[in-house]
Amino acid sequence: MKLSIALSQMNTVLGNVSRNLEKHLAIIQQAQSQGAELLIFPELSLTGYVLQDLVPTVACHPRADDPVFRPLLEASRRLDLVVGFVEEDARNRFYIASAYLSRGEVLHVHHKVYLPTYGMFDEGRFFAWGDTVQAFDTRFGRAGMLICEDFWHASPPYLLWLDGADLFLLMSASPGRGLSSEPVLESARWVNHILRAYSSLYTSFVAHTNRVGYEDGLNFWGGATVYDPNGDLVVQGPYHEEALIQAEIDLNQLHRTRARLPMLRDERTSLVQREMNRILNQSASVLGR
Amino acid sequence: MPMPDLNIHTGLARQILTGFLRTEITRTGYSRAVINLSGGIDSALACFLAAEALGPENVLAIRLPYKTSSPDSLADAQKVIDATGVQSLTLEITPMVDPLIAQFPEMSNLRKGNIMARMRMIVAYDQSEAFKGLVIGTGNKTEILLGYTTLYGDSANALNPLGDLYKTQVRQLSQAMGVPQSIIDKAPSADLWVGQTDEGELGYTYAEVDKLLLLLVDHRYTPEECIEAGFSPAFVKAVVERVRRNQFKRILPPIAKLTNRTVGYDFLYLRDWGT
Repeated sequence: MKLSIALSQMNTVLGNVSRNLEKHLAIIQQAQSQGAELLIFPELSLTGYVLQDLVPTVACHPRADDPVFRPLLEASRRLDLVVGFVEEDARNRFYIASAYLSRGEVLHVHHKVYLPTYGMFDEGRFFAWGDTVQAFDTRFGRAGMLICEDFWHASPPYLLWLDGADLFLLMSASPGRGLSSEPVLESARWVNHILRAYSSLYTSFVAHTNRVGYEDGLNFWGGATVYDPNGDLVVQGPYHEEALIQAEIDLNQLHRTRARLPMLRDERTSLVQREMNRILNQSASVLGR
Repeated sequence: MPMPDLNIHTGLARQILTGFLRTEITRTGYSRAVINLSGGIDSALACFLAAEALGPENVLAIRLPYKTSSPDSLADAQKVIDATGVQSLTLEITPMVDPLIAQFPEMSNLRKGNIMARMRMIVAYDQSEAFKGLVIGTGNKTEILLGYTTLYGDSANALNPLGDLYKTQVRQLSQAMGVPQSIIDKAPSADLWVGQTDEGELGYTYAEVDKLLLLLVDHRYTPEECIEAGFSPAFVKAVVERVRRNQFKRILPPIAKLTNRTVGYDFLYLRDWGT
């Protein structure tokens, strides 16, 4: 089975959801005309990234009666979509979220579970922490979504893998940094190291998109990629430029790679569970949080 | 582990910085920029970047000599204007500056220099309105960290493409972008009085202090680790203290908090809010 996957590395207007929505609809139109079956937008694609006190003013609800989601759900009858937004829950907590839309329905919403709040990042000040990591079924097989810092921790991709995801959909708004003598920023090299590692270790497809543009002095580096279950690069978008990149991936590669390399078959989940229980029950001094 | 070095990929820096100038100027509804061109390397590089980002016809380079300014400064600035094709304006600031200086016969060079720097700021901001262009800053990371700048003078700007490049890196990027060689090679000087040089005033060279700042700031070395890496204890101490003492030049003045929502503390928006 083949899947034509499109990745939007777009710029956004900070805090202006209606203008970003217009841009989404135009990009959806373009991806559809190119034959894409699944189109992925970056983290917070409907709002912009450094929102700070704008958070409560840009939040929306992934439902058909929401004015932002209504046209997106309508568009999802033509191709599947992943969009980035701020979700306000029933008790007025705000999450960095991505929604998977297909055939007019919301199939899954992921709330970012790791909010970087150190160095240049201040997400924990403005957002609530997501609390679940779950795979979900799509018409292309089982998939999982993670947002930026989520996949800087090894456990969320591992949980998705055990929960059945063969297709990892990863979204970022990654500020460019680390200028050296290399032609690529350190932040881009770091991300691509780990994307390749996940596709290799989990013998799965990894698709990642990241926004471009500037917010005050921050730049975002784009460079969307797809890696196949062998850890090989399928497609890579340009750095620092808006682009809609597209690749046809052969989902049967999962069969071929896993016939050669049965990492999933041999994964000893009860050993993991036993050791996790032991580690989590022992003295607090060696624990993570 | 290799020792950190200051080398940068100039093509990547050029792409990010021209993109920054183009995006951050046009998103506010402007399409033009003004730059005070001193004849030194920082403003030369900023002018090259702005001309590439916006088109030379959209950049106004302003030369503002004082009666004691070196004629070489004016000539070097002209080389930048010729090489980039930007628009230009030359205005002597002596008649604007001297009446104030004349009020205080004992005025120090430092005070006079600050007045000149602030007068140049006034002209740049006036031209900003007249030319409908944003004022581009030319301060580099070295001088920002060391506080080697006049507050509300040369430090005043609407946006700064060079503030995260050390002087050594400004030189590397200038070379790659074709800044005239005489500008790259001459001793850096604020040219506020005859014979003034940056390195003479600071007491060390940019090449030395940039290596130290790279470890202290970018790579988070402790002062002790910098000494172990081969820098003299007195040099490390002087630089650490200078960076600390000049923090006030790097932030907006503090506002005394009284209410539940105060600008700067819990009223937080980027400048790009809504754009």
